[in-house]
Amino acid sequence: MADNKLPDDIAVRVDDVSMIFNIASEQFNSLKEYFIAIMKHELSFKEFRALNHITFDVHKGEAFGLVGTNGSGKSTMLKIIAGVLEASEGTCTVNGTIAPLIELGAGFDPELTAQENIYLNGALLGYSKEFIDQEFDNIVEFAELKDFMEMPLKNYSSGMVARIAFAIATITDPDILIVDETLSVGDFLFQQKCEKRINELVQNDNTTVLLVSHSIDLVERICSRVLWIEKGQQRMLGPVDEVCQAYRNLK
Amino acid sequence: MATSAATKSGKRISGKDAWYPPAKRDRFIIQQLVSKDFKLRYRRSVLGVAWSVLNPLLMMIVMSAVFSTFMRYADDSIGCYPLYLILGNTAFQLMSDATSQGLTSIIGAASLLKKVKINRYVFPVQKVFSAAVNYVFSLIAIFIVMLFFQIPLTPLALLLPVALGLLVVFSIGLSLLLSALAVFFRDVIHLWSVVLTAWTYATPLFYPASILPHWMQVFEAFNPIYLYVTFIRDILLWQTLPTASLVVRCAIWAVASLALGYVVFHRHEHKFILYI
Repeated sequence: MADNKLPDDIAVRVDDVSMIFNIASEQFNSLKEYFIAIMKHELSFKEFRALNHITFDVHKGEAFGLVGTNGSGKSTMLKIIAGVLEASEGTCTVNGTIAPLIELGAGFDPELTAQENIYLNGALLGYSKEFIDQEFDNIVEFAELKDFMEMPLKNYSSGMVARIAFAIATITDPDILIVDETLSVGDFLFQQKCEKRINELVQNDNTTVLLVSHSIDLVERICSRVLWIEKGQQRMLGPVDEVCQAYRNLK
Repeated sequence: MATSAATKSGKRISGKDAWYPPAKRDRFIIQQLVSKDFKLRYRRSVLGVAWSVLNPLLMMIVMSAVFSTFMRYADDSIGCYPLYLILGNTAFQLMSDATSQGLTSIIGAASLLKKVKINRYVFPVQKVFSAAVNYVFSLIAIFIVMLFFQIPLTPLALLLPVALGLLVVFSIGLSLLLSALAVFFRDVIHLWSVVLTAWTYATPLFYPASILPHWMQVFEAFNPIYLYVTFIRDILLWQTLPTASLVVRCAIWAVASLALGYVVFHRHEHKFILYI
């Protein structure tokens, strides 16, 4: 999250980003194998470009969509923006705080109680202790798990875990919200609740939303501009109807 | 603490300031992770935390029974043999717990590192603090032994935090180094447990240094763990001021280990995610 003097109206700037994974022809898990391979000059890597020279800006307050078929590099792009991965080439600059709804429940420990997990997960997301103290009741209320707070997480159903994770992740008021199709969890009532909360954030003018989804309908409903990535290549960038139209025609 | 109904509107304001500035973030994360380790360590055991005290105490009783009767290690140069033992063992335990836990800390945090942006160094460092917390409990055992054998507690004990601080810094350096190596070469995990075993026997923890041949005694002058143990024994067991040369060597080891660990870790940490 290094701010290289980004203009005020830009939330995310992705500048000529490429992501290259070295797929080792063999996986070396031991020193011996590694040195033998060096000796034999077999240490060759196959390059795999998950992203190839992607460039785009996301403006402040806009809802931006990323579409593409499976394995096209959407999630890799999101992980670079969220700061989990470092781009091999190019730069990605982010202006503001991020709430990543990419993979929820980071660091949840099944042996700890829900209450302990809320603090642990909150800390890992960078929240302050005072903030978690203050919002604790709200998180519990949103997750609808008031009576189960002292129970170890391993006794929870996966839906219950997802509810807590979502509640923690969305309790803040981020500058940038990254959503990666995480809503397919929980019962339908909770799903509605999640969509409502995301919509609240989307409608908020100050929040920039980055949405990745296979559902074009959802993208069309929420986003104003869309980037289409295909096999790591930037295919199209533009207003939502144009890009979605073209993407539909592919199918 | 706000009540759930009242904060609905107040939340909007503070929601913007939910995050710590980056520097403060790591401290809270480390604190949470250490407390997690601590809670999980004794969950579902009847005696709970008391094991942190009992464990070194029982260990000392077994070892002093074995070594003072069979091996007759207890000689006059040592003073109170049980105290000699427990001081050496607990300090070594701190280092070995810290490094063997720290060793796998990055690999163990793989799922986390793939999901959220966290400074990677918190994991190996946190494991050292977990071991240090455990050591603090074993201090209770040490004081019980001192009481039992009526070893006086002198103002020299005030130097204990210095000794511990240096030992912790030394362990952090090793932990950083090993955790980074283990990401690329899993062999290190197996190798390190052998090294620790060898190190236990190569260090005068349960035998007096005087029984060693001359060349080994020269070696001990540079064995970091022996230096830290000697520091602690000086102030708690023998009640002498540690020599300046000893303290300096302790400090040099701590700084050297931290520097090496930091450089190796920092140089390679951006590649971790591709290997875990």
